[in-house]
Amino acid sequence: MKIPSLAVPYLQVAPLALVLLVFFGIPLVTVVVVSFFDYVNFQTVPAFMLYNYEEVFSSGLTVTLYLTMFKYAAIVWAITLFIGFNVSYFLVFHVRSLLWKIFFFLVCTVPFWTSNIIRMISWIPVLGRNGLVNQTLMSLGLIDEPLDFLLFSDFSVIVAYVHLFTLFMVVTLFNSMARIDPAILEAAVDAGASRWQVITQVVIPLTKTGIALGSIFVVTLVMGDFFVVKIMSGGQSSSAVYAMWNEISMLQYPSAAASAVVLLVIVLLMAAAILRIVDVRKELSG
Amino acid sequence: MAQYRKRPWTFYVLAAFFTLFVLFLYGPMLAIYILSFQGPTGGLTFPLNGMSLHWFGALFEQQRTGDFAGSFTRSVLLALLVMICTVTFSVMAGLAFRRRFFGSTAIFYMAVASLVMPGLFLSLGIGLIFRVIGVPTNWYASALGAQLTWTLPFGLLIMFAVLSRFSRSYEEAARDLGATNRQTLQYIVLPILFPGLIAVALFGFTLSYDEFPRTLLTVGPGNTLPLEIYAMTTTVTSPALYALGTVTTVVSFVAIVLSLGSIAVIQWRRGGRSRK
Repeated sequence: MKIPSLAVPYLQVAPLALVLLVFFGIPLVTVVVVSFFDYVNFQTVPAFMLYNYEEVFSSGLTVTLYLTMFKYAAIVWAITLFIGFNVSYFLVFHVRSLLWKIFFFLVCTVPFWTSNIIRMISWIPVLGRNGLVNQTLMSLGLIDEPLDFLLFSDFSVIVAYVHLFTLFMVVTLFNSMARIDPAILEAAVDAGASRWQVITQVVIPLTKTGIALGSIFVVTLVMGDFFVVKIMSGGQSSSAVYAMWNEISMLQYPSAAASAVVLLVIVLLMAAAILRIVDVRKELSG
Repeated sequence: MAQYRKRPWTFYVLAAFFTLFVLFLYGPMLAIYILSFQGPTGGLTFPLNGMSLHWFGALFEQQRTGDFAGSFTRSVLLALLVMICTVTFSVMAGLAFRRRFFGSTAIFYMAVASLVMPGLFLSLGIGLIFRVIGVPTNWYASALGAQLTWTLPFGLLIMFAVLSRFSRSYEEAARDLGATNRQTLQYIVLPILFPGLIAVALFGFTLSYDEFPRTLLTVGPGNTLPLEIYAMTTTVTSPALYALGTVTTVVSFVAIVLSLGSIAVIQWRRGGRSRK
């Protein structure tokens, strides 16, 4: 059987495209359509009305919710970028042997392949009232009372996010830094650049794809988070997604769908803003 | 920097920073692995009240911790299914993307959008569709599809990275020597790409095995393991929770060691052959 060569890429891409179409495209459209529906007595009724959106935007709760999420996203982004940059810089430019480089890189990525929920709850015995940190500080005599702000607070939420998502920054930054030709850095040093100038004027511009990709991952993961805020804040604050989940469990599908659309638009705008700065596909395939 | 003879002071600062980072990554996880061996009278925090396997046994008493065995089997089977689909589909798509064809940009952006999509959004959408067409959601159809929207874009991105280092001249050489398309794929392309395929498989397996929001509304009557663990965080206040954490991490580690080990063996053999 001879397949015309023009058709080959289409046949090759067909399974992936079909799966994405059926399980991503159609659900996306469904949720958007349902967000205009009405619901009466726990029944979803086809309609076209903007009430669900009015409800989302008029609620003070939504605003507070998103402000909290933006705050978390910004703080976590800044911390993960700082950690990711320094860790990748160390691995790429300071570790000389290739074997050690691979080994250290794997050490950073292995937790990514294990359960997020388990990694999150593993902070509870560490940060809790009788946890490791408080026990250590008290036995050292540094504090008399256990510190309460460590667990079930903004602090523990951010710690958990950083713990879960830093890997995305490390991996993407490592990938772009590893492509930098060391000769370029050498040339910069020979031309009289200081260590700081090499970083700000050579390394950072050359790693901007990695920074952009890592930022998209971290920001969208924080914005789309389901349970970290809920569990690590001890139920005090809630995430946008968790609020949506509450509506779903009350069978209010149309209003859940409207919240979902609002969240998606915000997440996509954030991702698009980052992508505008860097053409990721060009850099990936180049 | 690599070309300096003497290590600059920044090396030591960054080395210390890296060490702290690794401690930060692994410290808390080690804490719960140790705590899962807590004695029968022990609690959720240190110190250990003796060492025992008590809490691992508790996992199998169904009424106590929910359906551990069932959700575990379901999770592993689902992860294997997702892994097979992810490898097959993303390798094929990766090969297709080496050429620009009509619609390639659209498909690429669909994959990226699928990646950044909040998981519960998709879960809700797929759940609604299955309600509309009147098919009950189940782990081997709706949950499988939902998880693929997360693993396929990852697989595709990895394939981009793998293929950017793969030279087309190998294929051309094979064709010049008279190989058919099928032979080129079977004897040239796939063997060269094999380590990359293992990496895609590892991602497919582990991302599915730990997936939560996309599975939540699509899995139907039987839970997967992450859903079970999530339910336990609110109901179980004993070290059984940590025991479950240890068990599930062991499975992930087996997958990691198998994949990385086989990649290392392949690379080592290749190196050995070329040295001869």
